[in-house]
Amino acid sequence: MAQRSQRSKRDRLLTILVCMGPFALFFFLFQILPILWVVVNSFNVEGSFSFDHYKDIFSSAFTLQAFKNSLWLSVVSSILGLLISLILVNSLRRTDNRLRSLVISFINMSSNFSGVPLAFAFIIILGVNGAVTLLLQGLGIIDEFNLYSKWGLLAIYTYFQIPLGVLLLYPAFDALRDEWQEAAQLMGATTWEFTRMVALPILTPAIIGTFIILLANAMGAYASVYALTAGNYNVITVRIASLVSGDMFLEPNLAAAISVVLMILMAFIVAINYLLLGRSRYAKYQANS
Amino acid sequence: MQNTKPIHKIIVAVIIFIMVLPIVATFLYSIATKWGATILPDGLTLQWYIQLVTDPRFLASFFRSLFVCTAAMLLSIVLMVPMIFMVFYTFPKLKKFFNFVVILPFAVPPVVSSVGLIQLYSDGILPISGTFWILIFTYFTMVIPFIYRSLANSFTAIALHDLMDAARLLGASTAQAFFLTVLPNLKKGLLSAVFISFSILFGEFVFANILVGTRYETIQIYLFNTRQISGHFTSALVMFYFAFIFVFTFIANRIGKRK
Repeated sequence: MAQRSQRSKRDRLLTILVCMGPFALFFFLFQILPILWVVVNSFNVEGSFSFDHYKDIFSSAFTLQAFKNSLWLSVVSSILGLLISLILVNSLRRTDNRLRSLVISFINMSSNFSGVPLAFAFIIILGVNGAVTLLLQGLGIIDEFNLYSKWGLLAIYTYFQIPLGVLLLYPAFDALRDEWQEAAQLMGATTWEFTRMVALPILTPAIIGTFIILLANAMGAYASVYALTAGNYNVITVRIASLVSGDMFLEPNLAAAISVVLMILMAFIVAINYLLLGRSRYAKYQANS
Repeated sequence: MQNTKPIHKIIVAVIIFIMVLPIVATFLYSIATKWGATILPDGLTLQWYIQLVTDPRFLASFFRSLFVCTAAMLLSIVLMVPMIFMVFYTFPKLKKFFNFVVILPFAVPPVVSSVGLIQLYSDGILPISGTFWILIFTYFTMVIPFIYRSLANSFTAIALHDLMDAARLLGASTAQAFFLTVLPNLKKGLLSAVFISFSILFGEFVFANILVGTRYETIQIYLFNTRQISGHFTSALVMFYFAFIFVFTFIANRIGKRK
């Protein structure tokens, strides 16, 4: 009897190992270990422990510029993307079903239109001889437009933020009931008053959450900048990549230190998110109910 | 009272028009003979598409991408289905832990992971950097969040324990019960996740560029490397790629909606 229970215990252990072991191994090797390597080696200066790489980051104008450029692009494109998504979702909620499902399907598909292909599409329409550039010049709206500058990058970043923003915000609008607007109107509220005093407070948690995801999405973006400017525009991801796979001056440990700073920055953004959520009354109400 | 003022239709139309513009322009460019300093192209042709599908380098990169993505999908399914089954059936307390774990591939930018990956796997006991193996393994980590979410949803929906108990009461072993009763119920969720993951992997550029580059040219690397040939040719390639992705997301949506 004791032998049998021991055997079944061993079988159980074996099953667990077979089911979870391989996943754990691969996950460790290709997800956890690289992060550990990055953290450990960011302190590795020619074999000994040191903060020198971190000192380098904060004394290098070039690296600081990369952080500044990345932050500017991320924050501005997230705000623009969020605003456009809000306007689109709000209007979409008030159109008929057929149009709505058509638009959502399109947005779903266009969320995959990013990176290198998107950069090329932008060169075609907004490049020096791009159709839209020529059209806008013909209409006298713009003088010239440099797609390979920060404004061009902002355009492409905003473009790839919109599908993500719409897909994240669309379900959140389910929380708004039509009856509430009727009730507010019956009590004499204008549309603006309803938006400001009812709709926005209810949507706040979703808006903040979406904003954070858009920010992280933009901070980590690499392919579209790289394809558009061949690595010549200084954003943080391009800077990291050039330190590990460029043609010269490979400095993987410095790249690791920059990566750690980037991860801390992103963790900081997420922490602010939680802080803001904690202050939102509606989020507390949702959490309690 | 549905508030259907025409203004909302106009707003939706304007935003969608701007979103569609790059796609339409790329399409026009891909069928244009020449499109220089004018707003609309000069003439129409299919020559760029013909040039594309007869380019052996293109076909090779396309099949490389297909191979790597398929292999990565198979690997993730083989590794994840038993793992998630174990979590839901035997250790439900681990669910919270896994909810956190599966966010990691999302939260850590691929550029950051590749800094560690390139150093770890360039030499030593597993020198796979620069080969398709490293792509298969990193792509596996990339799709974990999607596969986990959809499988977790399916497991929650099917009353796993009742199903297993019923099967075992009828004399099935745990393995039989799993393969014959649980697995068929996961099909729909799994398929939809597979198609979404596939379209994401097909567009992957960061790992492919940093870890492998031209040593194993996938379609994205090919797209990047041939950018100098001709804008029209590149557009044809982008449209081909886009049509492929469209089909995949479309199928994913269809499967997801089907009850």
